[in-house]
Amino acid sequence: MLKIENLHARVAGKDILKGLSLTVNPGEVHAIMGPNGAGKSTLGNVLSGRDGYEVTAGSVTYDGIDLLALEPEARAAAGVFLAFQYPVEIPGVNNTYFLRAALNAQRKARGEKELDSMQFLKLVREKLKVMQISDELLHRAVNEGFSGGEKKRNEIFQMAVLEPKLAILDETDSGLDIDALKQVAQGVNALRSPERSFLVITHYQRLLDYIEPDFVHVLAGGRIVESGDKTLALKLEEHGYAWVREHGEPAGATA
Amino acid sequence: MSSATIDSTNTALRDNAGVAEALGRNYSAGFVTEIEMTGLPPGLDEETIRALSAIKREPEWMTEWRLAAYRHWLTMPQPDWAKLKMDAIDYQAISYYAAPKVAPKSLDEVDPALLETYEKLGVPLHERAALAGVAVDAVFDSVSVGTTFRKQLAEAGVIFCSMSEAIREHPELVQQYLGSVVPTGDNFFAALNSAVFSDGSFVFIPKGVRCPMELSTYFRINAQNTGQFERTLIVAEEGAHVSYLEGCTAPKRDENQLHAAVVELVALERAQIKYSTVQNWYPGDENGVGGIYNLVTKRGDCRGDDSKISWTQVETGSAITWKYPSVVLRGDRSVGEFHSVALTHHYQQADTGTKMIHIGKDTKSKIVSKGISAGKSNNSYRGLVKVEKGAERARNYTQCDSLLIGKKCGAHTFPYMEVKNPSAIVEHEATTSKISDDQLFYCRSRGIGEEDAVSMIVDGFCKQVFRELPMEFAVEAKKLLEVSLEGAIG
Repeated sequence: MLKIENLHARVAGKDILKGLSLTVNPGEVHAIMGPNGAGKSTLGNVLSGRDGYEVTAGSVTYDGIDLLALEPEARAAAGVFLAFQYPVEIPGVNNTYFLRAALNAQRKARGEKELDSMQFLKLVREKLKVMQISDELLHRAVNEGFSGGEKKRNEIFQMAVLEPKLAILDETDSGLDIDALKQVAQGVNALRSPERSFLVITHYQRLLDYIEPDFVHVLAGGRIVESGDKTLALKLEEHGYAWVREHGEPAGATA
Repeated sequence: MSSATIDSTNTALRDNAGVAEALGRNYSAGFVTEIEMTGLPPGLDEETIRALSAIKREPEWMTEWRLAAYRHWLTMPQPDWAKLKMDAIDYQAISYYAAPKVAPKSLDEVDPALLETYEKLGVPLHERAALAGVAVDAVFDSVSVGTTFRKQLAEAGVIFCSMSEAIREHPELVQQYLGSVVPTGDNFFAALNSAVFSDGSFVFIPKGVRCPMELSTYFRINAQNTGQFERTLIVAEEGAHVSYLEGCTAPKRDENQLHAAVVELVALERAQIKYSTVQNWYPGDENGVGGIYNLVTKRGDCRGDDSKISWTQVETGSAITWKYPSVVLRGDRSVGEFHSVALTHHYQQADTGTKMIHIGKDTKSKIVSKGISAGKSNNSYRGLVKVEKGAERARNYTQCDSLLIGKKCGAHTFPYMEVKNPSAIVEHEATTSKISDDQLFYCRSRGIGEEDAVSMIVDGFCKQVFRELPMEFAVEAKKLLEVSLEGAIG
């Protein structure tokens, strides 16, 4: 469903991704690990179409289409979702209103019927139950005055409502205590399905104790230098990223 | 006293090179009504004023009142302290009276072209088609063409009619209150208005009456080379309540037109007046050509104890807006409020805010101002909070937020405070923000297109003020903001 080939990308004149290749099949969970500055967040931003990220070479094919040619909102409608490392506050805009506008914009773009308030409310109630989120969150403005944990949970809740085909979690574990981490992981696990794929970008192995990946890749110096199963993450935890640099041969990983 | 000037330097948002929809083209109220008109030729002297007064069949005292104001006006210089760039106004080139030739005697006789005009503007004058629960006075150029629901209002003891009519039918009330809040010599434009005002609305709510419906005046400038000088007076007697709304539009024309209004509100003991404005005068085109000069004096007097006056305004139109709806908190425990959204785009300029004058004990005022600047526009908040010596325990809270869209606009804040009583508490909070790249990308990554994202963010920014508007008008205000912002970013 997602095929990244020889991707090169530049931010503010600096080359960050230098030949990254990765293939993700439906239903797979891929963890992308790596030291700070390796290009992990750049990968998420390039895939979701953020301004200022210039692709200089390579390609990204998603569901048979050229993903890089699409505007961010079109990528969202096509089923790509990015859970932000730092979710943005939008003062005065009600969380539920925002989510309904997002869902209906996506549905409209896909040629599906928009949901009215009643239908939407019903959907939200179902998802709240799955996510174990209090509905008090719904009545507040988007991320305004949310704690770090609430913001991250809200991202996962949005994901649950929008039901993407490819979800990219950008350091969703950063800044979470262990309880919040478990809740977020439970939410993600509840959304795993044979059709839905995940790219879990993280710095630490601990998230992978709760979200079990099918594949683990190590990103260093702008490309994937090592790929394996979940035991790779444990090795990394034990030896640190320095071990990869000595040990691993740069390689385009396929899975 | 402090002042701060903040200029936008948002490089993240590009100016919209191929502005898809110029604001001018989106101004849906910009049509002209073809109707036979009568009026006075351009020019202003004592004869003009006598002629105007004669056309309106005014009593002698009214004519003299106007002439005194005119003589005072001649001695005054036009103020230039506002942060506005304005071409000199040639007061001799303006016609001070323009009206449809056939004067209707009742709503049933109103010229169909006029009815159609108001229909198109979304203000049907037929009572059966009218907005439920809203009585409308329709002012077309210099005259009122009709007032709806008068009978129902009269049954409640409420007087709602045009100012011209009030001068003839209720002279004792007009004489008692006219100019008692904004004296004829208050300022340059108020003096001019006092000399040449043509029409406007008069509202009188007697003691203890809660006005059974929303009252509303719809001002329309149609004729070329005319100025509109309306005069509105609202009096709420002891314990009376009223909610009043005004709307304003004008055709698209290349020359600037002058609109210099005066609004006076009087609240006696325990009375409450809520005054809302949705101002959508023609703003000029995307190159800054044309548009209305909106130079307005609005003031409320909380004359009685425990009275309350609240101003809510949504200002999206006009090439230039110069207005400071104010409250004089004379009565003990009286309350003044000002809620404002002012949006400027292209070359529009707004210098707007409020004055809260605390005189009585335990008086309270609250100011919430939201300024939105886009294009090459300039948007200034100017406010005065004054606490007089005897205003024990006066309280003021001011919140002043600016939102910038693009990198060529400006937002400025000029808050003044004069506190002469040590027991007073005066608070001021101000923020300036930009619609950030991060906010836009966040919305877009969820599937919401760029323009929708901008209007959503702006709407959120204005929520605190929209909440104060009567429901139907909150919806209208939101739509107006969306239209006004079209093409604001690329």
